[in-house]
Amino acid sequence: MSLVERLEGKRMVVVAGSGGVGKTTTSAALALALAVQGRRVAVVTIDPAKRLAQALGLEELDNEPRRVDPERLAGHGLEVRGELWAMMLDAKRTFDDLITRLAPDERTRDEVLANRIYQELSGAVAGSQEFTAVAKLYELHREGRFDVLVLDTPPSRNALDFLDAPERLSSFFEGRALRVLLAPTGLAARVAAAGTGAALGVLRRLTGVDLMTDLGRFFRALSGLIDGFRERARAVGALLADPATAFLVVTSPEREPVAEAIFFVGKLREADLPFGGLIVNRVHSLPEPAPQPAAVAAALAEELGARTAAAVAENLAAHAVLAARDARAIEHLRTTLGVTDPVVLPNLDAEVHDDVPALVAIARLL
Amino acid sequence: MLRRRLLVVTGKGGTGKSTVAAALGVVAAREGRRTIVAEVAQRTDVPGSLGAAAGEPFAETPLRDGLWHISIDPADALREYLHDQLPSDTLARMLGGSRSFALLASATPGLAELLSMGKVWELAQAQRRTRASQPYDLVILDAPATGHGLATLAAPSAFARAAAAGPVARQGRLIHDWLTDPRNTGVLAVARAEALPVAETIALAGDLRAQLGLELEALVVNGLSPPRFGREEEGRLRKALAAREGSAAAGATHESGAAHESGNPVAFALELALADLAVARGERRQVERLRRAVGLTPLRLPFAVKEESGEVDPGVLADALSRTLARSEARA
Repeated sequence: MSLVERLEGKRMVVVAGSGGVGKTTTSAALALALAVQGRRVAVVTIDPAKRLAQALGLEELDNEPRRVDPERLAGHGLEVRGELWAMMLDAKRTFDDLITRLAPDERTRDEVLANRIYQELSGAVAGSQEFTAVAKLYELHREGRFDVLVLDTPPSRNALDFLDAPERLSSFFEGRALRVLLAPTGLAARVAAAGTGAALGVLRRLTGVDLMTDLGRFFRALSGLIDGFRERARAVGALLADPATAFLVVTSPEREPVAEAIFFVGKLREADLPFGGLIVNRVHSLPEPAPQPAAVAAALAEELGARTAAAVAENLAAHAVLAARDARAIEHLRTTLGVTDPVVLPNLDAEVHDDVPALVAIARLL
Repeated sequence: MLRRRLLVVTGKGGTGKSTVAAALGVVAAREGRRTIVAEVAQRTDVPGSLGAAAGEPFAETPLRDGLWHISIDPADALREYLHDQLPSDTLARMLGGSRSFALLASATPGLAELLSMGKVWELAQAQRRTRASQPYDLVILDAPATGHGLATLAAPSAFARAAAAGPVARQGRLIHDWLTDPRNTGVLAVARAEALPVAETIALAGDLRAQLGLELEALVVNGLSPPRFGREEEGRLRKALAAREGSAAAGATHESGAAHESGNPVAFALELALADLAVARGERRQVERLRRAVGLTPLRLPFAVKEESGEVDPGVLADALSRTLARSEARA
C-alpha cells in the first residue's frame, strides 16, 4: 500500500526526523501527492533558506498559507485534482497572535508584548519554535479550511523537543514556582519550605534585582492569560494524540539519524501518539545480480582506456559500499522497530532536490 | 586556527559537524595541544564518532592521548555555579536539589544556554576554577545546529541585557566580551556542497556578524565526492552508455535510470559514473557560491567511509584536515 493510501482519513501529518535528512522536501512532496489525490492540503514549513518557496513559485511565503499556482505544477505528468497551499512559520508572529487572542484586554496584551522577557523569549526558550508550530497547526485545524495539514517540524537535532514543547512552554507560562517566589508575603510563600525563601534570596543576588522585577511583571501580566494558555496547551496535546493525526518519521540511512529515528519512534509509542510510518530517504541501491567492479573494468578497458575504466569500477565499488550500508540500516530499522513496510526513497542528485520535477518524482514514489 | 583558546564548530544539521569537531580534536591533540571537545544539550556524538564510550555527564573524559571530551548538562553547570558562588556547601546542595529552584532556573529564558557557555568559558581559561583542574590549550565546542547554535552563543549577552545589574549580568558581559574577542575565539561553519546547507551557511555568516559582531574564521565543506572523472571523459562515458542503451538512456544521470531495471551491469556502472560527474559539477558550483558569498576559501573534506561499515572514517577525515589546514596556512 502506498504511503498516501495509508494516510487515508488523516487530517494532520507531522513529519519528524533529525536535521539534514530531507524533511522539508519530503513534506512538500507528500503534500503534493495528497493534493494529486484531490485533497486540499497545506504544508507548514520552516525553511530558512527559502529554497522551497522559490521552487513552488511563492516569492513571499509568510505566516498565512498561500496557494501554489496550479499552472506551476501542471506539465509534469501529474494531475493535481486538489489544492496545494504552503506557509512558512514565523514563530514570533504566531506567538504574538496567540497572546493577542488570549489576552483579556488591550492593556494586558500590550504589557506582555512590550515586556523584555517576552521579547527575548522566542529565541531563548528551548521549544518555543516547536510550540508555535503546533499552535499554528491547531489554529489552521480549527478553521477547517484544509482537508489535510502537513507539518515539516522545525530543524532540531533532537526531534523529541517537539513532543515536549507544549508541556515545557505550559509550565513556563504557568510559572507556578516563580509566582510563589515573587510574592514572598503571600500565604503560599510562608507555608512553603524554608528553602524557598533562601532560593529567592540567592536568585535575587545572582541574577540582579532588575531581572527579578522584569520576571515579576511578566508573570503578573501573564496571569490573565494562564487559564487560556493552559487550555490551549491541553487542546494542542489532544490534537497530537488524535487518531486522525499521523507522525511520519524521516531518516537517512546514516548511523546517527537512524539511532535518533529509533529513539523517536520509541518515544511516540511510549506516549501513545499515532505513529504513521517510516521514510528512509537517500537510499543507495544496486540491481540484482549486483554488478562486479572487476568485470565492469574489464568490459570497458578497451573502449574507454584502462584509467577511465578503472575509475568507473572504483565509483561502482564506492556505491556498493553505501548500498550495503543502506541495506543494513533498513534491516536494522525493520527489526528494531517492527516496521514491515518502510517507504524507501532513492538518493537523487542533490542539485535537483528542491525543484518541482524533483518534488514530482518523490511524490510519485509516495 | 587551532591556536585559539576556543574553536566553535557550527553548521546545519546533517553536515557532519560533530565528526568534523572530533577530527579537529584529533588533529590538535596530534600537534601536542591539550584539547577538549565540548558538547551541550546532553549530546554525546563526539565519542561515538571516534569509536569511544561516552563518559559520565559533565566529567572531563579522556578519549585518547591529549584529547578529552565533556557533555555539558545545564543542570550540572548550575550546581557547579552555585557551589562556586555560595558561601556554604550545604546551601549549594540544598538549592541544587530543590525542585522549585530547578523550575525557576529552567523558566528563566536563556539561563540554560548561559550556564552551558559559562562552563565552556571556564574550560578555556588558563586559570581553572579549581587548582586540581589542568588548563586546556584548546576547547572545541561542538555547538548545536545553526539556529540553536547562534542562540547558545548569544545567550551571555542576551542575559546581560535582560538582567541589567547583578553578578549574573556582570558575568554574562564578561563571558560575552571574552567570547567575541577574535584573539580568543574562532568560529568555523561546516557545510555540505548542496543548495540548502550552502544557503543556510551564507545566512549564518550574516547573522553571526549582525548579532555577535563575529566573523566566520573558517568554512569546511564536508563530504565532497572524490574527483574520479575529468571533464574530457564525459563524452566517452556517454558514448559508451548510448552504445548499450540506445540514445534515449544516454541523457539519464539518475541511478533510477533505465539501466537499473535493464540488468546490464556495465550500463548501470556507466550511469553511476555520469551521475557522479553531475554531482561533482553541482558541488563545485555550490563551493564557488559559498566562497563568493562569505569571502572565505572553504577547506574541502572528502567523503570518506570505511569499506566494511559504510560509516564515516574519522581517521581519514583527520588526515585530510591536517593536510588542508597545512595548505591553507602555507597560502596565508
